[in-house]
Amino acid sequence: MTATTSKRTADKTAAVPPTVTMTFREAFREALRDALHRDPAAFLMGEDVGRYGGCFGVSRGLLEEFGPERVRDTPLSESGFTGAGIGAALGGMHPIVEVMTVNFSLLALDQIVNNAATMLHMSGGQLNVPLVIRMTTGAGRQLAAQHSHSLEGWYAHIPGIRVLAPATLADARGMLWTALQDPDPVLIFENGALYGVSGELAADAGPVEIDHAAVRREGSDVTVVAYGGSLPRAMEAAEELTQDGISAEVVDLRTLRPLDDTTIITSVGHTHRAVVVDEGWRSGGLSAEVVARIVEGAFYELDAPVVRVCGAEVPIPYARHLEQAAVPQVHDVVRATRELMGHG
Amino acid sequence: MAEFRMPSLGADMDEGTLVSWLVGVGDHVERGQVVAEVDTEKSVIEVETFDTGTVSELLVHEGERVPVGTPLAVIAEGVGAAQPRRRAVPTRTRPGTRATTTEAAAKPATKPAAVPLVRGAARVAASPLARRHAAALGVDLATVTGTGPGGAVTTSDVETAAHPVRPALTVEPEPAPVVDEPAPVAPVVPRSGADRQASMRHAVAEAMARSKREIPHYYLAADVDMAHATRWLEAHNTSVPVTERVLVAALQLKATALALRAVPELNGHWVDGEHRPAEHVHLGVAIALRGGGLVAPAVHDADRLALPEMMAALHDLVARVRAGKVRSSEYADPTATVTNLGDQGVDVAYPVINPPQLAMVAFGRVRERPWAVDGMLAVRPVLTVTLAADHRATDGRRGATFLAALDDLLQRPNDL
Repeated sequence: MTATTSKRTADKTAAVPPTVTMTFREAFREALRDALHRDPAAFLMGEDVGRYGGCFGVSRGLLEEFGPERVRDTPLSESGFTGAGIGAALGGMHPIVEVMTVNFSLLALDQIVNNAATMLHMSGGQLNVPLVIRMTTGAGRQLAAQHSHSLEGWYAHIPGIRVLAPATLADARGMLWTALQDPDPVLIFENGALYGVSGELAADAGPVEIDHAAVRREGSDVTVVAYGGSLPRAMEAAEELTQDGISAEVVDLRTLRPLDDTTIITSVGHTHRAVVVDEGWRSGGLSAEVVARIVEGAFYELDAPVVRVCGAEVPIPYARHLEQAAVPQVHDVVRATRELMGHG
Repeated sequence: MAEFRMPSLGADMDEGTLVSWLVGVGDHVERGQVVAEVDTEKSVIEVETFDTGTVSELLVHEGERVPVGTPLAVIAEGVGAAQPRRRAVPTRTRPGTRATTTEAAAKPATKPAAVPLVRGAARVAASPLARRHAAALGVDLATVTGTGPGGAVTTSDVETAAHPVRPALTVEPEPAPVVDEPAPVAPVVPRSGADRQASMRHAVAEAMARSKREIPHYYLAADVDMAHATRWLEAHNTSVPVTERVLVAALQLKATALALRAVPELNGHWVDGEHRPAEHVHLGVAIALRGGGLVAPAVHDADRLALPEMMAALHDLVARVRAGKVRSSEYADPTATVTNLGDQGVDVAYPVINPPQLAMVAFGRVRERPWAVDGMLAVRPVLTVTLAADHRATDGRRGATFLAALDDLLQRPNDL
């Protein structure tokens, strides 16, 4: 599959400038536009995705471009339209369902966990569900506790679905198409704090593989594991740590389920120390899973206890300063890493 | 051999007073025998031993108050002659009021969010990787000083313990280069090993006798806190490949060179009754030869070398001394010389100036010492640096300025 998609990518590179500047929002939109163009079975549905252009503006202009058959506004009924998406997928379509935030996806939890994730197994392999569900996750936009949580770790618990967390423009642009080719349900978590962030993206950017974590920065002293909205902070922290003579390697998980143990453990195997950054809560969180795998796979390589930098165990506050204090910031990562390195 | 420790005679007991010993050194004791009386704040309790053997040493005097777990006596099994005294291991329960001790034990040490690290009582805190390395290198973890989180032993601590960092200022080169080798360029070194040694000894004798005959030395010494320098080195060395690691010797050389630039009266020569400060700082490095004797060739423009360059220059110089390929200019050029006998266990050296130079600086061993910091007692790595200077050229005041500058530079390793 990967080979096919990369061939397709190469086909459309002719005579275009090497990079373009765009925001994550635009990269997600380009991914949707590309999918709707190339796959006649693909369509987008969700609350306000059409006439309003998406609650966070990701699908702006797509209704005009592709029409109401392909970009469908739904009632405020997560369970209903996610179930409709499952049905459409069973019927041969490639639906892209947008759920406004991960908090609201709890209303569709039954459809996702009990239906989408189980169908293949319960039908003895006869019924697969080629469904993609996109949703916004994370804090940082003063949208308070009912719109700001990071619950992707819960979904990463569920067998039968794949969970993606794009943290770079290339992944924002490239993960959707590959997810659509997956015969089984894929959840894509778009970190809301990243939507407005802009950067350089290869003009010929296209589909990317979704099986591996990525080393975003090489280092020799400590591995900082991050994903989604925490990745840019981890990268900034790694840069700051060079002032202390600490060389941090940054691993971007990219795919939260199934976790790419090999990349994580290989990295820890040569740095011998690890810091896991997760905007989600510490207790029972995805960070706990990552730490457990490091300890299972690299125990005899560890030269210090594994450290976690996680969201404060509170509902995400509305007030800006409290919200900032509740999620891991650059200085939190820097401090935890310094302490780990004995630079107290 | 077993240690008889201050027992915990109740959940709330943190420390106890040894009221009296009921046995003495050399006495045979049986398991279950009462050997001491301990005052627990509530009452005096007779304490039994769990071991059978001979009391080889009493570690705590009557009347002393010690934390629970402190070794009180050493009991040798069997007949056993007195064993060397064991280091009193710091106990897990610290002295202090009951309430604070309990809280301290129950609370995570660092951030509120941190999960408390749990450690077995008798087990040295060491990382899994450090344990693996220690096993492979045959290092006893109990002898290793930990620098990791919470004082845990890390891999680099094990490596340091296995291969103590040898200050490179006094390097013992391989005995003699192969005799059949083509003649080395070094002018002072004749070819045969025996001749070489005799000649070397003669040269040293000449120079040192002249120094003591002609140069009125004055000596100044200062203790320098090396905590910053040590920490900086550790941090730096973990960030670079092993081959690019910097030794403390390079820091000392660079700091000395910069201090000499700041006090140029000490840098140069005394020739024909005249004080001739030098423009450049060519720092002589005393290198001891295993067969006896000493050479002190120069690192040129030592004040302008970045630390990695200084380290490279040092490696290069040592390698060439070993191979007998030191250039004559390197012997003639030094404007001041540094020696380090720290790795030989020397705390303070009083160097003899290499004429016609004006000064020589000697670094002693970096050693953990009690050290007052901000009105509190701390344990810091400290060394004593000694300046020997020619009193014809300078006075004690300039020497003091130099030592102060040197100290200051060693506190700012980042600027070196």
